[in-house]
Amino acid sequence: MAQSTSANPSSSSDASSSSATAPRVGLFVTCLVDMFRPSVGFAALKLLEDAGCTVVVPAEQTCCGQPAFNSGDNKDARAVAAQVIEAFEGLDYVVAPSGSCAGMIREHYPELFADDPAMAQRAQHVAKRTYELTSFLVDVLGVTTVDAAMSGTITYHDSCSGLRELEVKTQPRRLLAGVEGLTITELPGAEVCCGFGGTFCVKYPEISDKMVTNKAEEIVATGADTLLAGDLGCLLNMAGKLKRLGAETKVRHVAEVLAGMTDTPAIGDPKEER
Amino acid sequence: MQSTSRQFKDNAHRALNDATLQRALGNVKTGFQEKRAQVVSELPEFEALRDAGRDIKNHVLAHLDFYLERFEENVTANGGHVHWCRTPAEARETILEICRRREAKTVTKGKSMVAEEIGLNEYLEEHGVEPIETDLGEYIIQLRHEPPSHIIAPAIHVTREQIADDFRKHHTDLDPNRRLEEPRDFTDEARAKLRERYFAADVGITGANFLIAETGSTAIVTNEGNGDMTQLLGKAHVVVASLEKIVPTLEDASTILRLLARSATGQEMSVYTSFSSGPKRDTDMDGPEEFHVVLLDNGRSAMLGTEFQDMLRCIRCAACMNHCPVYAAVGGHAYGWVYPGPMGSVLTPSLIGVEEAGHLPNASTFCGRCESVCPMRIPLPKMMRHYRQREFEKGLAPQKARAGLSVWSYFATRPGLYRLVTRLATGLLGRMGRGKGRFSSLPLAGGWTSVRDMPAPEGRTFHDLYKERAAAGGRS
Repeated sequence: MAQSTSANPSSSSDASSSSATAPRVGLFVTCLVDMFRPSVGFAALKLLEDAGCTVVVPAEQTCCGQPAFNSGDNKDARAVAAQVIEAFEGLDYVVAPSGSCAGMIREHYPELFADDPAMAQRAQHVAKRTYELTSFLVDVLGVTTVDAAMSGTITYHDSCSGLRELEVKTQPRRLLAGVEGLTITELPGAEVCCGFGGTFCVKYPEISDKMVTNKAEEIVATGADTLLAGDLGCLLNMAGKLKRLGAETKVRHVAEVLAGMTDTPAIGDPKEER
Repeated sequence: MQSTSRQFKDNAHRALNDATLQRALGNVKTGFQEKRAQVVSELPEFEALRDAGRDIKNHVLAHLDFYLERFEENVTANGGHVHWCRTPAEARETILEICRRREAKTVTKGKSMVAEEIGLNEYLEEHGVEPIETDLGEYIIQLRHEPPSHIIAPAIHVTREQIADDFRKHHTDLDPNRRLEEPRDFTDEARAKLRERYFAADVGITGANFLIAETGSTAIVTNEGNGDMTQLLGKAHVVVASLEKIVPTLEDASTILRLLARSATGQEMSVYTSFSSGPKRDTDMDGPEEFHVVLLDNGRSAMLGTEFQDMLRCIRCAACMNHCPVYAAVGGHAYGWVYPGPMGSVLTPSLIGVEEAGHLPNASTFCGRCESVCPMRIPLPKMMRHYRQREFEKGLAPQKARAGLSVWSYFATRPGLYRLVTRLATGLLGRMGRGKGRFSSLPLAGGWTSVRDMPAPEGRTFHDLYKERAAAGGRS
């Protein structure tokens, strides 16, 4: 098994836009973005490439393993995690447009392999290099502004794993502050869970409903025309509830706005007539 | 206490549809949180104190036998007695025996979750001893014949209107048209009622926030002073406490006290912090003639050396439940046993078994807010996950969930096949949802669509689109 030991490889890259010193970033697309909203993946790709990264999308990725891990099924979680480690360990960084999946890789992969020192070391190697998208842009690459414009008022929900496992809080706001025409109005209770929680939302739908209803009401009360967050799971949950309640609020992943890719219909909105 | 944790879903359903309860929960949701945040922000060393508190408890748990024996030696030297009780039954019988020896008709009680755990009130009543709760919240729920729904605010689920009704119903000697609106009205009335009972009580029973090994003292914090009255005015003082309440020194207790009230109610200190160090001495003006510590294990020693040992650091401040969105939605009774909220979701399966309480560690989104406010840095979500693992290994997880996971894992570990399946599913759902952009119902997704719409996928998978883009040569 090839092990990448260099954080800053001098090897040349075959991607046309990269220089010899461009960091090689593996985009961990996440299963939800792959299936529900590829736009978010392309937005992440653009942001990373604009920041000078050489982006690689390993084909051998599916999911980070959280559905199994959070259900107590460590055997299957390990199988999926091993696949991710193998696919990404040769790269300088792993970046995901999700605090939840990045948190899984960064915080939980090493503990999944606690009984297997060789795998634990490989897990640790990948974990250390794994970041949530906005945190990678700001904290690692030092990006201070993005080339994007969007008129309107947004409010922001801090998804739990990103916030508490990876300390993602100021980074998206800092980048959003540079989006031309955008006003940010803070969401009261922005740090309170929206009630998604992976399988929680279908295992305990009534409790999840209470949580997401509170959240949706708070979102509407801000008067913002768009809700942003950094995790598609939470966004699907909140968008689904806002739609069910008949609210007008648009819902998007923060990467779409930062990349200036807001010409697609918002989450849960019909496709434009051709 | 009899558990209804198996019926967690039904309990939660009832709670969510109980308008009065929802109003009561809504009133208090932000109160604790904002007060804690304020008082924590005023103490720069708060994070360092959390480390210190965690370290003290970790040290104690590593040397539990030593400190408990030291505690007993010092209690005995002070003229008191320590009763080691493995089970709730042993603890109940020990306390009843003390009451019988004193020929007690009534006992006053300070708030104690361990007393709830061993079902003390019911047991004493059955055996002809009347227990009187002296904490206002406990007094209210005793009148209502309800268990506490919160570990520091036992009547948090009750509205003012309900308390007024209860007081009018039980305090029939008072003017039926008296004013009962403000908290002050309730405290004044309860205080007058309880005052008579303190003097009549033969035995006073309290819990303990700390057992202090170096002095053989027990300590409690209260905001009403009822603990002092309970422990001083009875002829015998019985402390009922679980064994992990032990700390080595008074200094250690002080360190944790600085965390406790801030984390609990957002106070710098509770109004009363009372230490008991044995029965009345010849030189004391007053105090109890007897001093007993009933030390309960009830499954805690079995947690030592396991992945659940860290739970024994808990100081019962309730910060976890005060910040838990699930607790805020369903309240404490839904959890079905003594300890609700995140700490209960770990402690309850530890004490009464994961077979009985399996729902509790599952009913969490792992949002992590509990751990982020826990003064003892207990990794609550991690331990809930450990319980999910145990359930999975024991085959207790629902069959449907297990089957679903097997299918998911089969595809998730075969990327080629996974691409094919996701391409088909995404394409199909994308076409079906194209017009509306969302689904209000979907086969096999009833858990989702029963309460919210399902946004439709865009229609192609990222990986397919990316492959096309790469084939077309670079950036889109």
